[in-house]
Formats: sequence, structure tokens, C-alpha cells
Amino acid sequence: METELKNGSVTKAGVTMPETQTTRDQQAVGRAPTKMSATDLNLWYGETQALHGINLDMPAQEVTALIGPSGCGKSTFLRCLNRMNDLIPQVRIRGGVALDGEDIYDPSVDVVQLRTFVGMVFQKPNPFPKSIYENIAYAPRLHGTGTSRSELDDLVESSLKRAGLWNEVADRLDTPGTELSGGQQQRLCIARAIAVNPEVILMDEPASALDPLATATVEELIHELKDNYTIVIVTHNLQQAARVAGYTAFFHMGQIVEVNDTDTLFTNPAEQRTEDYITGRFG
Amino acid sequence: MDKKTFTQHISQQYNDDLEHIVTRVMTMGGLVEQQLDAALEALVDGDQEKGEQVVTSDYRINAMEVELDEACTHILARRQPTASDLRLIMAVIKAITDLERIGDEAERVGRMALHLLDEDRRRSPMAEIAALGEQIKGILRGALDAFARMDSEQAVRVAQEDIKADAQYDSIIRNLVKHLEDSPKSVPPVLDIVWATRSLERIGDRSRNICEYVIYFVRGKDVRHISFEQMAEEATGDRR
Repeated sequence: METELKNGSVTKAGVTMPETQTTRDQQAVGRAPTKMSATDLNLWYGETQALHGINLDMPAQEVTALIGPSGCGKSTFLRCLNRMNDLIPQVRIRGGVALDGEDIYDPSVDVVQLRTFVGMVFQKPNPFPKSIYENIAYAPRLHGTGTSRSELDDLVESSLKRAGLWNEVADRLDTPGTELSGGQQQRLCIARAIAVNPEVILMDEPASALDPLATATVEELIHELKDNYTIVIVTHNLQQAARVAGYTAFFHMGQIVEVNDTDTLFTNPAEQRTEDYITGRFG
Repeated sequence: MDKKTFTQHISQQYNDDLEHIVTRVMTMGGLVEQQLDAALEALVDGDQEKGEQVVTSDYRINAMEVELDEACTHILARRQPTASDLRLIMAVIKAITDLERIGDEAERVGRMALHLLDEDRRRSPMAEIAALGEQIKGILRGALDAFARMDSEQAVRVAQEDIKADAQYDSIIRNLVKHLEDSPKSVPPVLDIVWATRSLERIGDRSRNICEYVIYFVRGKDVRHISFEQMAEEATGDRR
């Protein structure tokens, strides 16, 4: 994979990082300080360019929703934020993504470590085929953040509590995670992501496979999690974006058409293309 | 109204629902205009039949308000409208409340007209009230036109007319007060005229409210409770 950086500058640590100051066309929304930012981010799958010059600041301890039609690049963009696209052959990226101002594509960055800072929850709940307890304890044990049994016990309990699942599973932690309901499995996956103490949680359509009640529970959880984490969520469900996100970015054909606070974007969008999409006028 | 408002949703049913709602608002507006016309004829010309007609017809406007509220509730529940669709529904919900109240004010004018049937119209400033009535009719018609075409510039012009009507109202009320001072015996009929004049002035204010909803729909700006100059700027300046 080729990684190029534009507008590079040298930090105190001597690491080259992209310029993350707001440029003229940067689509900054930030009232809160920026946790992650993309600067002139371009991505190609082979010869096909999927992202075109994305500039987006994602404010800390806020929920930023990415909306747009299928194939618009929103999931591709999400996967850039913890370098999941590294796993796809023939992907080429140019531009920068910064976490707290540090370039995550710098060659010195440990990708495994990066993904503990920037966790991910997928569309389909994908618990490990292990017990509920092991689902949570696996990664901390791997990363060495929880070594003793009592430390792990505490971590499992606190993670499940933060994910709003503890009361439902406290008496059956040895049960396989796969035996939980869909909504519970998704909250288990969120608990698993939380267990390694991330700063950012990426969610790719986290509720699209869930029924309305389980969806409401996950949305409530997202609302609670934003006090401690920065959340970026991809969703096809416009009402879900309207319900959970403080900021919303509309992607179309690999570009960001508009970023705005969610209230403004859903009541008085600046761009006609946004208006057409969210009102169901897209042809 | 711009046809684009209704014809470009992927869902034809949604287009039809919105078009139906706006058509019914215009029908309701037409009924309200008829009521005001009849009320003014009763007041200015002493037409008893028109006065009774106004008093007994208000229920039709009330029924339309209920029907439209229900239709808007269904749209909110089933379509979760956003952006201009949401602003349209909000504008309709607000506008029909004002239209219903305009209907009530017209009914009150009709009632006062019936009280005044036996009074000598030459003693009261009826010519001025008739002129104010024509002004108010123009304002209501202008507001409904602005709503029908969703024309924010027209909405501003109508709001300006309402300011002139308010001045005319103040002048009439001053005359009526003087009249009361000069001939204390005529208090009951003059008070009826004051109430009727007051209702006309309120119809102008409520028509202006409808203009504010037009600007909200077109520009996405809430222009209530600000000066006319600020309102005009929001309605005609750069959108952002």
C-alpha cells in the first residue's frame, strides 16, 4: 500500500504529520476540540478512486454520523480511521488522518496499538465463539492490560456495565456470547471494544440488523458512551443519525457534500444535494 | 407553490399527501376570506343576512383546522419529514391555527355587526373602518398568495402593509375614544365598534404571522418577534 502525505510538517517528536489546521475548504464543524481529523484524504481501490479530498474534523466526545447513499464512500472513510483498509489489497491512500494531531498513517505507528485507541463495532454482531467473559477478557489479556484474574473480573464487569449489559448477563458469564439475542450480542461487541479502553469508537451500521427495541437500546448506549468516547457512526437510517449524532456529514460519490450540526442539517441544510437526499428526492 | 415541492419525492404517495395538505390549506384560506368579506358587508352596510351567515359558518373553518392537523400528524408519524418538507409541515400547522383564529375574529366582527343593526352608521367613523376593512382584506389575500406561491418577498410586502394598517387602526380608535368622551350615552354601540375594529387589526396581525411562516419555509429562518427591517433582511438577503 502506498501512503503519501501532503502538506507534511514535523512535530516535536520528529514525526511527520499532515497539516491539520483548518484549510480554506476544510469542512470543520468543531465546537468541541477535534479528536480525529481527515485532511485532503483520497483513496483508490486499484484504479477506482473511492474518496476524493475528504476534509473532516470529528469533535471529541461527540457523535459524528456519516450518511449517504450506498457506495458513497462513508464506510470506506470510516475504515480509514483505524487503518482497516490496510487489510485490503490494492488500496492506495493519499492525504492524512490524525488522532489528537498525530498522523495515524505514519510508518512508526503500531497499527495494533492504534486499533486499541480507535475501536470498531460492525454491522453484524460478531462475538467470538467463546464465553461472554472471554469475549471481554480476550483483548485486554492479549494487550497485557489485564493480567490477574481479579483485574480481569473488574474489567469485564465495568465494560459490561458501560455497555448496559451487566444486569442481563451477570449470572451467566460462562454462557457462549453467541447465545445472546442480536441486540445483546451487539452490546457485547461494544463492551468488547470498550474493554481495551479506546478513545474513539467507530460504528458501521451498528443497529441495522437489530429490531426497533434493540436499536433503541443501542442508541441509548451510544448517547451514554459519548460522555467518555468520541464516536463516529455510519448509518443508512437517517432518523438514527438525527437521533444520536451531534454532527452529521453527508457523503456523495466519494466526496463530502455537507457537514453540519445535526439539527441544522435535518431542518435547513445548506446544499441542495443534501436536501434532496434527506427528503427522499434522490433519483 | 413551486411544483418541485411536491413532484420530486421518490414516493409519489408522499408527493400526493403534501400536495393534498397545501390544497386544503388554500381551501381553508378561501373560506376565511369569504367569512371576512361577509363580516365586513354586515358591519359596513348593515347586512343582517351576511352577519348571520358569518356567525353560523365558522364551524366549517374549525372543522378544516381539525382535518389538517390530523393530516399533518399522519405525515409526521409516517414520513418523518426533514428539511423543506419538515418546514412545510411546521408552516402549515402554524398557519392553520392563525387561519382558524382569523375565522374567529371575522365571526366576532359579524356578531358586533348584528348588535349594531339598528344604530345610525353615520355617527360612527364607518368610512374609515370600511377603508381599514379593505386594507385588511388585501393583507389576508396577500398572505394567502404568498403562502400559495411560497414567495418570501411577497410575504415581506404584506408584512409592511400590516404596519400601515396598524397606524390606521390607531387613528380610528383615537376617534372612537373622542366620540365616547363627547357622547357618553353611546358607550355600548361604540364599544361594539371598537371590538369589531380591534378584530380587524388582529386579522392583519395574524396574516402577518402567516407571512412569517412563508419566510420560515423558504429561508429556514425564524423571523418572529424581530423588527420589520430584520425580517426583510432575513427574507431577502443571502441565504447564509
